[in-house]
Amino acid sequence: MNLALTDEQELLREAARGSLARAGTIAAARAALEDPAAAPDLWPLAVEAGWPGLLISEDHGGADLGAFDAMLVAQECGRVLARVPLLGVLPATALLDAAGHERLEAIAAGEVRTAWLPARPPGDADEGPGWTVERARRMGREPAPRATVDGDEVAFTGSVAWVPDAAGAELLVVVGVTGEGEPVAGAIDAAAASIEAVVRYDATRGLGHVTLDGARGTRLDVGAEQVARAWYLAQALLAAESVGASEAALEMAVAYAKERFTFGRAIGSYQAIKHGLTEVLRLLENARSLLYYAGYTFADRPAEFPLAASAARSAAGRALDFAARQNITTHGGIGATWEHDAPLFFRRAQLSRRLLGGTSDATDRVAGELLAAADAA
Amino acid sequence: MDLSDSPDQARYRETVRAWLAAHRDAAPPASGSNEDEAYIAARRRWQGELAEGGLAGVTWPQEYGGQGLGPIEHVIVNQEISAAGVPGILDTIGVGMLGPTLIAHGTDAQKARHLGPMLHGDEVWCQLFSEPAAGSDLAGIQARARRQDDGSWRLSGQKVWTTNAQFASFGLLLARTDADVPKHKGLTMFVVPMDAPGVTVRGLRQISGEAEFNEVFFDDVHLDADAVVGQVDDGWRTALTTLMFERLTIGLGTEGLGYKEGRFAKALAADAAARRHPEVRRRLGEIATDLIAVKFGGYRALTALQRGQIPGPEAGLAKVTLVNAAIAAGELIADTLGPDALEDGGEWAYMISFLPGLKSAGGTEEILRNTIGERVLGLPPEPRLDKGIAFSELRSREREAAAVTR
Repeated sequence: MNLALTDEQELLREAARGSLARAGTIAAARAALEDPAAAPDLWPLAVEAGWPGLLISEDHGGADLGAFDAMLVAQECGRVLARVPLLGVLPATALLDAAGHERLEAIAAGEVRTAWLPARPPGDADEGPGWTVERARRMGREPAPRATVDGDEVAFTGSVAWVPDAAGAELLVVVGVTGEGEPVAGAIDAAAASIEAVVRYDATRGLGHVTLDGARGTRLDVGAEQVARAWYLAQALLAAESVGASEAALEMAVAYAKERFTFGRAIGSYQAIKHGLTEVLRLLENARSLLYYAGYTFADRPAEFPLAASAARSAAGRALDFAARQNITTHGGIGATWEHDAPLFFRRAQLSRRLLGGTSDATDRVAGELLAAADAA
Repeated sequence: MDLSDSPDQARYRETVRAWLAAHRDAAPPASGSNEDEAYIAARRRWQGELAEGGLAGVTWPQEYGGQGLGPIEHVIVNQEISAAGVPGILDTIGVGMLGPTLIAHGTDAQKARHLGPMLHGDEVWCQLFSEPAAGSDLAGIQARARRQDDGSWRLSGQKVWTTNAQFASFGLLLARTDADVPKHKGLTMFVVPMDAPGVTVRGLRQISGEAEFNEVFFDDVHLDADAVVGQVDDGWRTALTTLMFERLTIGLGTEGLGYKEGRFAKALAADAAARRHPEVRRRLGEIATDLIAVKFGGYRALTALQRGQIPGPEAGLAKVTLVNAAIAAGELIADTLGPDALEDGGEWAYMISFLPGLKSAGGTEEILRNTIGERVLGLPPEPRLDKGIAFSELRSREREAAAVTR
């Protein structure tokens, strides 16, 4: 039993924190509110840190690290609302690496930027009740594009909305379904797709609507399990980002509660404030514990990874929502204005909770996994 | 990150498992009523066997009959006992909290007299701290011990929430010995024989109808001079040691409460309509998420413990999550099963009845949040009106204030 970070993991985290601090991302996030184009390009920073190759095997020029390591980096990015395209790149590299794609070395070196088109595992036995196609589409959980396999190639037709980090990617990793209902993954040149860049509410996150009209590319030799794994990896990374952002929101609120005085005493001495902030801490620590669970299952208990990643996403989404709101409440009226950084975290919480199927889909998935396990027992 | 045993731990687990396999036939059932004398007697005998086998007092020093091992081995023993379907030791309070307090603060004579019989279940112990008017604010206790000319003591007062008092041989009791100093200063810890004249134990019935706790009354009870544990008027320091071990015991032992996500999922899985209902699934998903988080939070705490860090108050947040998730699970199951979930003596009625009390066990949630807000987040303390005031003066001010608002 040892959940402590290794020395290498401590280093990875410290290095990430250091390089991100120099990038001044919070100030950039504020500037981007006025002008989304003002957001600095953090890709060179990510490349220099070796993040594109985090999950790529050493043979292919990567660092061959695990999901937990990637989550440590995602947490640091979340803390400072850094617009680093981990959500798009890392699940893509996981699939490309599993398939032994020919351009992996260039991808690990950051010469080719990839993006993964979110695909809730097709052919799920348990789709979850209460989802209509329309609602699913709105939440970035739509039917996978249609795939037509032709030898080593595959062509996709369909559309995927709210794709993280789609704009700027050169190679898209697409998951589609064949006429027989089999999941198929492929890598296509971004030029073969139509990508509409979108910024919605949270200027620190780049999104895109991707339309594929017979877009051809290389078929990736991966099975349904690996396709599903990419979806849950993205859930875990989003959870980690949210934990980082919650941490920062809590620190901000605690600092203010110590220095702001009303009725002759620091507001942090009032139970109303103190209990609200310990509730943030409780939700945050629960979510953090589940990041360990996700990291552990990714490496050692893959069959449990869907449960672990979904639980982490569910808890982290809840933590971030509460942390962002409590931060505003603690600051009083000023916390709800652009004079303050609190709204940046609020915007992050609002959008994050609705991407990749949404936090509620992850919560539903936890129930689905446990009910299925109860049947099996 | 590694959840598996080290080679040494794996070997230890094998030893424990082998011992349990060889002895499990002698074990009483894993659960029974603590109002059933025969069952309690069987549990005491079983504790004696566990002690002989080295499965009790795992973290106690060897010189006091323990194994001198670490928290991980303690957890391994708990896990194997649970897996074997046999009960653990009866006196978790004595062995987990009171024995370690005696080891830290007791005299050589106290240790020699009490630790062996405690460990073997020959003498069960109870914790006599909380009072009707002093729980979370423990230093506000009013049980009074007065020193006699010959150095002995006379004790009067009342304690409450006392687990195992009905069959305990001894209690560790916190009493006020000087009311003319501020409240944390005039306290002293005593060993109290539960069969002393003037001690009365009365069962305290809870919502479920069972009496798992007791009230204990002390009417001019004589205590020898050597009943004092630690120093006279330094009982608060002694009590803090007990409370530290209490956190540790709770931290390592919540598995035993049985609030597991799989158990709740199973209760709902058979209902085809419920399992497709989005509301049921959302609630189950949130409850399960919390319970799994508590499990991994426990592993994190254990990791810290192994690295020599002392458990802090933040572990209390896990208890808040656990209790509230279990309450939500009771609600969900009762909403799904209807009045059948409330059948007296049934699994769910018992759980539903037990949880409101558990919410305040070991300190109310509100006081816990104060403590964590101050010690973990570093927020400034709530202004206090009891600092630096003699306890007797504080009490008369409290009475006056209550009279004004009445």
